[in-house]
Amino acid sequence: MAHFLFFLLAIVCVGAVVGMIFSRNQAYNALLLVLAFAALGGIFGLLSAPFIAVVQIIIYAGAIMVLFIFVIMMINLREGIPPEKKKWTIYLSAVLAFILIVELILAARGSFQALTGPGGEEIASPKALGKLLFTEYLYPFEITSILIIAALVGAIILVKKKEEE
Amino acid sequence: MIEFLIPLIKVILALVWLLLLTLYVADWVERKESAIIHDRIGANRASIFGLRMIGLFQPFADAIKMIFKEDFTPSFSRKFLHSLAPFLSFFFVAVTIAAIPFGDTIRIGSRIIKLQVLDINVTLLFVLAMMSLGIYGVILAGWASNNRFSLLGGIRGAAQLISYEVAFGLSLVGLIMIYPSLKLSSIVHSQGELLFGFIPKWGIFLQPLGFIVFLFAALAETKRVPFDLPEGESEIIGFYTEYSGLKWGLFMMTDGMEIVIVSTLMTTLFFGGWQVPWLQADGFHWPWGGEWFLASWIVVILQVLAFNLKVFFFCWFQVLLRWTYPRFRYDQLMDLGWKLLIPLSLVNIVGTGIIMSL
Repeated sequence: MAHFLFFLLAIVCVGAVVGMIFSRNQAYNALLLVLAFAALGGIFGLLSAPFIAVVQIIIYAGAIMVLFIFVIMMINLREGIPPEKKKWTIYLSAVLAFILIVELILAARGSFQALTGPGGEEIASPKALGKLLFTEYLYPFEITSILIIAALVGAIILVKKKEEE
Repeated sequence: MIEFLIPLIKVILALVWLLLLTLYVADWVERKESAIIHDRIGANRASIFGLRMIGLFQPFADAIKMIFKEDFTPSFSRKFLHSLAPFLSFFFVAVTIAAIPFGDTIRIGSRIIKLQVLDINVTLLFVLAMMSLGIYGVILAGWASNNRFSLLGGIRGAAQLISYEVAFGLSLVGLIMIYPSLKLSSIVHSQGELLFGFIPKWGIFLQPLGFIVFLFAALAETKRVPFDLPEGESEIIGFYTEYSGLKWGLFMMTDGMEIVIVSTLMTTLFFGGWQVPWLQADGFHWPWGGEWFLASWIVVILQVLAFNLKVFFFCWFQVLLRWTYPRFRYDQLMDLGWKLLIPLSLVNIVGTGIIMSL
């Protein structure tokens, strides 16, 4: 049962992401991304990490993507316009993609051997996770929150109307 | 085999309970209560063999009528998403009933069965997650109809739901701090204790401010008057303008189910869930001394009845509010959400923290 569910969710997740890359309609892109996030939440649930599963769905599918879709529907883009193409962007994106893949492999290299099973109590219970966040990972946690606040303040300043001179 | 059958039976019973209650709340209670408020008689003609029963058969007549109406999809709509939207909004509300504890445990033979379908350790967040996904039904219905009024309704709906979701979540943080758990079943268990030896330790007594914020935010989540800007019920210009037949009926049912789910949440979080004051597993322990012992099956029945009674009360209460108040204007709605409810819920969190650390 667990295997069946895993492969179902994995196929849905990968399929949605592939569909998102190939679709030209912005609204469908966003909806497929939501589907991928939801399937990812299901996979976290299968790995006996219900807290992360639910938070993944609340934050990504329930909040961030709603705002994306909100904006896409408000500005009502026409369908099927190919993105602007310039020669050098193709080469640059290939180089960047290569660097990203190398970086991901380097980052994840150590954890491939450790994939024995679900994370256990530390991941499963919100209490243990919270304790970990506020003791061992306190500095990364605080730095991330400062980054997010800085981004928020920046966005507000950018859209704020200039006062009449 | 039996390990598979028990969850199945639980799911079916929970869904039947939810749908029947929804049918009655959204149809019979709504029509009769509004009729009494308007000094009318209300729906009383549906009968079986001449038996009218103060209109109690009316919900079934309405449901049958709705099922056999023509299902019309406008030619200019985005067909697939237009059909998908009502099912999405129905599904994400219906699935939350899985997390609600109807009672404690019952013992059949040597087997102990929880009166709750899903008892993971983050049931409260599960309910919030599913309610936040319900927004997609509203947005997609508005957008896929390809009609400007629908789109505007959908956008109003999305803005309202996102705004009030913040207050909805924050109002519960104080509660989570007091009963340190995200698990609905253990929150209910903690509410069985006593405060100063005689007041039941219910959320309403410990978190009055949290309850007020939760009440307003939850009412906004149900998208009904006074917060009915997404659907504009009196003008019928909203996100489901282009729907008819059973698909429209699904939106209608979703509205009714939201009332029921919000009532179960208020009951579970702030009014002790299935707890009866001073009733413990072996009987009543009165605060003025004296005990009254009961058999365990009577205790379970009393608890389930108490849960149902509280839920009925809040359903009635929400219908009463809906027929009493006029609609908010859009800027008033946003002011209430962002400038009043969110600061109040933050005050509540800080206050709870200070009192707990004393």
